[in-house]
Amino acid sequence: MANTQAMTTSFKVDLLNAVHAFNAAGIPAHTAATADTFKAALYLASATVNASTTAYSATGEVTGTNYSAGGVTVTFGTAPTSTGTTAFITPSASIVYTTVTLSTAFDAVLIYNSTQSNKAVSVHTFGSQTITAGTLTLVMPSNTAGTALLNIA
Amino acid sequence: MAIVTTTKGEMDDSLLEKREGVDENDNERAEWIEYWLDGELVHRSVHMTLKKFTLTGEAIAAQLG
Repeated sequence: MANTQAMTTSFKVDLLNAVHAFNAAGIPAHTAATADTFKAALYLASATVNASTTAYSATGEVTGTNYSAGGVTVTFGTAPTSTGTTAFITPSASIVYTTVTLSTAFDAVLIYNSTQSNKAVSVHTFGSQTITAGTLTLVMPSNTAGTALLNIA
Repeated sequence: MAIVTTTKGEMDDSLLEKREGVDENDNERAEWIEYWLDGELVHRSVHMTLKKFTLTGEAIAAQLG
């Protein structure tokens, strides 16, 4: 036998489930056994959302017909899990903005936790798009280690 | 024939010019469809499959070798 330095895989899954709190100030209000609500907001190509983004902001967000500020709810119907040493999760349904008109080019979606002070989770970029009286559907990748939308490896 | 939602309201697609295409790269595959009326874009939808997932720094370092 030999010992191996590692962050445990169970801990990685726990991170996705908000099990641990290293600092009292960081403890979220998870007093009930209910999952948080996550949302997806679209950002203009001229905006600046990136790894430094800490929370949802309307600054730089798209505006247009039938688009509500803050975006749409993201469905995480499958619990976080792991394969090998990678913990992962992917929304279980496509993110859909139905019959919207977004005339100014946008190229990013911010996923954030609307239950926990709109704290940012991830930013996903793509080629600039506009939508005219149409529907934007963001189809999720396969929910497997390495391909899932969120991986902690 | 099909009904299309446009900036002019619901319209029969036989009255419109349809354009469609696919833009694909390492990041995403975007299938788009447009309907034009007399040179004016009246409908555009995009069906985009995201390919680029997020990784932690440890995994990025591993990818870079």
